[in-house]
This record gives sequence, structure tokens and C-alpha cells, in this order.
Amino acid sequence: MSGAVLETRALEVFYGDFQALFGVDVTINEGETVAIIGANGAGKSSFLNALAGLNPAKGDQIVLEGAPVGGTPAYEMVRKGVALVPEGRRLFPSLSVEENLLVGRHGMTVDRGWTLEAIYGLFPILKERRNQPATTLSGGQQQQVAIGRALMSNPKVLLCDEISLGLAPNVIKDVYKAVSEIKARGTTVLIVEQDLSAALSAADRVYCFMEGKVSLEGRPSELTKEQIQNAYFGL
Amino acid sequence: MTTLNTIVQGVLLGGLYALYAAGLSLIFGVMRLVNLAHGDFIVLAAYVILALSSAFFIHPVFALLIALPFLFALGWALQRVILNRTVEENFLVPLLVTFGLQIIIQNGLLIGFSADSQRLSLGAIETLSLSIGGLNVGVMPLITFAAAVAVIGALSVLFYYTALGRKLRATSDSATFVQIVGINPRAVFAIAMGIAFLVIAIAAFFMGVRSNFDPSVGPARLLYAFEAVVIGGLGSLWGTLAGGVILGVAQGIGAAINPQYQILFGHIVFILIILVRPRGLFPKQS
Repeated sequence: MSGAVLETRALEVFYGDFQALFGVDVTINEGETVAIIGANGAGKSSFLNALAGLNPAKGDQIVLEGAPVGGTPAYEMVRKGVALVPEGRRLFPSLSVEENLLVGRHGMTVDRGWTLEAIYGLFPILKERRNQPATTLSGGQQQQVAIGRALMSNPKVLLCDEISLGLAPNVIKDVYKAVSEIKARGTTVLIVEQDLSAALSAADRVYCFMEGKVSLEGRPSELTKEQIQNAYFGL
Repeated sequence: MTTLNTIVQGVLLGGLYALYAAGLSLIFGVMRLVNLAHGDFIVLAAYVILALSSAFFIHPVFALLIALPFLFALGWALQRVILNRTVEENFLVPLLVTFGLQIIIQNGLLIGFSADSQRLSLGAIETLSLSIGGLNVGVMPLITFAAAVAVIGALSVLFYYTALGRKLRATSDSATFVQIVGINPRAVFAIAMGIAFLVIAIAAFFMGVRSNFDPSVGPARLLYAFEAVVIGGLGSLWGTLAGGVILGVAQGIGAAINPQYQILFGHIVFILIILVRPRGLFPKQS
């Protein structure tokens, strides 16, 4: 097993007076796919947004390849190799499909082979639709654009927030097929997911969040259904 | 023929209003910032051109060319140092800050240049006119209109066909989520303000050539710019040109009826249009 790429050490996240995360320790090793599962409001998105630099965090609470990066602005985190596929996709409606992908290039500092052609290879339909306004695409295709846009920065770690949300089951399958291809090309992937079966089949390791804390951690094959249910719902 | 003449003169005047409005439209489009000092920055830029022209005994066109990079830098610095601190607050903060800038600029110009009327003089070209199909059309109004079309055309090309334009549009869509693609929205805002100041310099040049100016005329320029932007539809560049033209024609018709009605007719048409189409004629799709 290679070493940790991204770690959180007793990570706390606040929104004003409201505390969303209470001392979360998560380690993501190089080349792994890690899933964060948990009910609504468990703090999964707060966690991911803190890693991406959208939520404030203390410097040493987030560590990227040994260096403290907590509180780094989001536009710097991408350049350091941590790219986010945000919840709700957040495509730029004024931009075409191809422009949405090209704008993702601004975050690139190291070329890891994710070119526009490589993205079109992964998602061929986007090439056909490249001149359409991105928000006129179907939900699944928009999700492809959001993933492609993040990949265009050639990240070391790809953060995916609820990429199955609002998609039909067969479309979810396609999206996760793409995730496994991305992993196969050496990108470390962290997914936040409410769809348990999608998360458990894609991930090497799983963390379950409950009320802002890690309630369970392990390999999907080693966890029992009861353990997951307890950790998920607090039964 | 008189009616046609009135309309043609109005359209050409609209070019000047579109120049006043283009910078305002650009800034509103990119960062939803209403710059109440916009008119005063136009006046300030006119004084910069005047000062360069008289200090170095150069033609105002050369003074404009020299002023352009400085005004870009001024706009960039204004955004970086002052306005970026206000954009994330509620919308009142930038309004109050730019209102304060308005007062500072007007009083600063009064101290520096007195309340005397000034003008940029280009010589004989100011009174030249062409006879087109029986109409007498002034050369300067024609050049002004051509400049407005060129400025708005250039801004459109920049917005829709360049990598910088892509950044500007993405930042306009979401200043938060543009960060996840590695773009610092504050840096983009500063560039946008720099570009707006280039447009302000061009507008200032034509204002100074076409009319007298003194430190107090900024707010009226702001008003015309506002009306052109709102008539055209917020954030729409070509709509801004159309808005300027509509305002110019309305004022022309008012003046033809009675010279006292010139300004009034512009405001009446503005009010009628926002009553019928509150989002303007060519609103940006949201």
C-alpha cells in the first residue's frame, strides 16, 4: 500500500456558531477509491467542501502529501492537485460543453494526461454535444461534464460529491463505470454518496459519517450489513 | 426629411450614450456591481486626457493612447484595493462605497482643476460634416457612433471568443464555483474593472470632444448610462448599444418638439420601457 495522499486530522468545520464536523480523521491513500457514506446532514458535503477549500479549516487539520493545507482557498487547492465535482454539478450555464471543460484547465499545474481528447474518449457523447450550452444536456450528461471539468485540471485526488443524485439507475451505473476507469488511470478518488450500493461496489474503503463524526470505517467486504446500518442510522 | 434627420442625429447621439454605458454594463454583467461613480470616472478620465494633452502639447488622440494603460491600471487597482473588499457583502456596501468615491472624485477635481468648463479640442474635424442623401451628418458624431460599435464589438469578441472571456463568463455565472476550476474571482474582477476603465477612457475622450465638461457633470453621464443599460437589458452588451440609441432618438424627438424637452423625453421613454419590459429589451438569459 502506498502512503497517504490526503489526510484529515481532527478536522472541525463550523458555519458561524454551528459545528458541522467534530474531529474527523480520514486517510486517503494513493490510488485508492474511498467512499464517505452517511445520512442527510451527517457532514459528508461539509467534509468534502473543506478538502476542496470551499469551507474554512485550520491549517494542520488537512494534510496533502505531508504538507498542511487547511484553509487554502479553493482556487489554490485545485492547483495543488485536489479537484472537486460539486454536489448539483454547478456547471457554468453561459458556457458550452466544451468551454466548461476548457475552463477546467485553469487549475492544471501538472500534466497527467487528461486532455480534452481523453475526456471525450471517456465520455464520447460530450464530443457530439460540445457546442451546446452545458445546462441543456440531460442530468447524466451534465454529470459527465462536471467530472470532465474536474479531470481537466489533471488532479492527484478527485473529490466527487453525490454524483448519483437525481440520476436513473442505469445512468448511475455508467457514471460509476467512468469512476472506475478514472481510478484505473491512477487517480485517487474520494466519493461522497448516499446511494449505498453504488458506494460499496466502487470503493476500496468506506467511512460512514454520523452527526459530524466518523461512525464506522473499513473495507466493504469486511463490513456486515448490521454494522453499516448501525453506523448509518445510529440504530 | 426633418423627421429622418432627427432620427439619424438621435441614433448618432445614442452612440455616445452607449459608450457611457458599455463599461457600466460590463461591470454589472461580470460582478453584479453597480458603480455609482461610473460617470465621475468618465469625467476624471477626461481630465487625465486633457492634462496629458496640455502638459505635453500633444493632440488629444495621443493623450488618449497614453492614458489608456494608466487608466487600465487605475481600474485594476481600484478593484483590488477597494471594491473587492465590498463585493461579497450585501449589495448596499458597494453602492455606498462607490457613492463615496463619487464625492471624492468630484471634490478632488474641483481642487485640482477648478469648476471652469473644459473641452478637448480636435480642431477642424469637430465642425466637418458630410452630406448623405440630403442629410447633413457631422463627422464627429459618425466617428463616435463607429467607436461605440467597435468598442461593443470588441467586448463581444473578447467575451465569446477568447480564453479570458470564458473566465469572465464563468466568474459571472458563479464567483464561488469558479474557484474549483482554479480561478480566483477577485483577480478576474480586477481585470474586468481594468477593461471597463479602457472603455471609460474612450467614452471620456468622446465626451470631452463633443461637449463641455466640468467636475460636476459625472452624475448626469451615469444617469444616461444607467438608462441605456436598463433599456437594453442588464448585462447585455449589444442591448446596451440599442438602449443608447433608443435614448438618443427619444431625446432627439423631444428636442425637435421643443429644445426644453430633450432630456425629459429620454426619461419618459425610459420609464415607459421599464413599465412594459422591466428586464429591458434584450435581457441576459438566466
